[in-house]
Amino acid sequence: MRLGSIPERLSRDRHNLGAASHIEVDQAAARRLGAGPLLERICPAHVYTQGPDGAIRINWAACLECGTCLALAPPGVLTWRYPAGGAGIAYRHG
Amino acid sequence: MDVDFDVIVVGAGVAGCVAAHQLATAGRSVLLVERGAQVGDKALSGGVLYCRVMEQIFPGFLERAPVERAITRNCLSFMNSDSFVNIDYADDRLGAPVNAVSVLRAKLDAWLGEQCEAAGAMVMPGVLVDRLLLEGGRVLGVGAGEDELRCHVVVAADGVNSFVARDAGLRDPDPPRHLALGVKSVIALDRSTIEARFNLPAAGGAGGLAEGAAYAVVGDCTKGVGGGGFMYTNLESVSIGLVLRLDDLARSGETASDLHDRFLDHRRVAPFLEGGELLEYGAHLVAEGGAAMVRGLVAPGLVLVGEAAGLALNTGLTVRGMDLAAGSALAAAKCVDAALAAGDCSAAGLASYEAALRASFVGRDIETYRRAPAFLEGTRMFNDYGPLLADVFHGVYNLDLSPRRRLVKTARAAVKASPVRLVDLARDAWAAMRAL
Repeated sequence: MRLGSIPERLSRDRHNLGAASHIEVDQAAARRLGAGPLLERICPAHVYTQGPDGAIRINWAACLECGTCLALAPPGVLTWRYPAGGAGIAYRHG
Repeated sequence: MDVDFDVIVVGAGVAGCVAAHQLATAGRSVLLVERGAQVGDKALSGGVLYCRVMEQIFPGFLERAPVERAITRNCLSFMNSDSFVNIDYADDRLGAPVNAVSVLRAKLDAWLGEQCEAAGAMVMPGVLVDRLLLEGGRVLGVGAGEDELRCHVVVAADGVNSFVARDAGLRDPDPPRHLALGVKSVIALDRSTIEARFNLPAAGGAGGLAEGAAYAVVGDCTKGVGGGGFMYTNLESVSIGLVLRLDDLARSGETASDLHDRFLDHRRVAPFLEGGELLEYGAHLVAEGGAAMVRGLVAPGLVLVGEAAGLALNTGLTVRGMDLAAGSALAAAKCVDAALAAGDCSAAGLASYEAALRASFVGRDIETYRRAPAFLEGTRMFNDYGPLLADVFHGVYNLDLSPRRRLVKTARAAVKASPVRLVDLARDAWAAMRAL
């Protein structure tokens, strides 16, 4: 059974694209606390990727809204709320 | 007080829908607010629904609700890198009466939302409650963007990440060791293929429902990270994935999605899924702290239910959340109704909910299993016992022409060769008896 890459998998999910990101990263705090590698590997949807310059890119449209990053990010690194009403992941099976 | 509704319920999952349904049935004006564009959009579960409580709330639940299969076969699996030891328990009695069903939450929750509407509740999907209206510590209603809605009581049913509970100051964020990440794939397979691979009788002996199987997997499936694997059959799909304790996941250096993929690719698991097609990939947090997570259920004008109240229970063998959500919502609805009748929705007026919850099956089971989280945190559970069991059975079945030894001697030799000492075994057996 082929699962496919994470982006391939997420393309099978239904997402209602919101108008704006519901996630913000304090890049200076993230850099100081070395949060990049942690966020990269704990997020099951690979929302976070750290570029060669150390900045964390946020692919917020892929978010499955589980809250793992919020629970594990060092304090001060992340602002994370649910997307606007009607936006975000919309499971067809669940 | 001038209000728009008697009660506003935040979140249309199992807990929120049951609370809204019960209060609307009691004649209260109820608004059920849901952030998903449709009820069910945000719901994801990774275990079976122990459904007796649903039958109490919605008579004829099994005939009317969109459930998948009646679970009449349970497997506890110890997975190692090169072996797989199973306790396989199938029993017709689990189908008469039906005790547990697999569900797909997008469908189930949509149905629950319809029941709320039929009972007279107003269901409002597509609206994110982004704040509580507070005055001197008293909750007066909810805010969503520019809209403000007032009520006598808010029922927070907004799940494990409950921002409502946090904003009310009732719950600090839970520590990572009390939370776990569930990562799940739903994989389409033919009905007959599922029944053949999971050894399920094709003719339904479970009140006309198709029969299904559920696996709880411990050991190497998580590469030593606290948690485990699950796999259960829906009518025409299999739900499979891992639950990973957050503190361990952070510490381990492992990547969550890689662990999920590795489990599905395991050579003893992959054949179940062969030829299937991925329908959906999802993730959800799970409360794993047991009794330690249940605290501060009531504030003036506010009650917490379901996972917003920290209610979930992992005993290693059974993983429960939805039935506790329904049970807590039943208790809360009764107490909110009484508080409304008495005209006292202060913390004191709502306090009977805490006692009612403690007295219900929810509170009793949480108390019974209060030692389970600490017991399951022990690393031997995840790392050592699976290989030890496999070594015992290997000693039994591997007839390599060496002289046979009695089972006890074979087992003792396996213990001796494993990192588990006899004293550990005794200690864990004692702890298991007290915890589970």
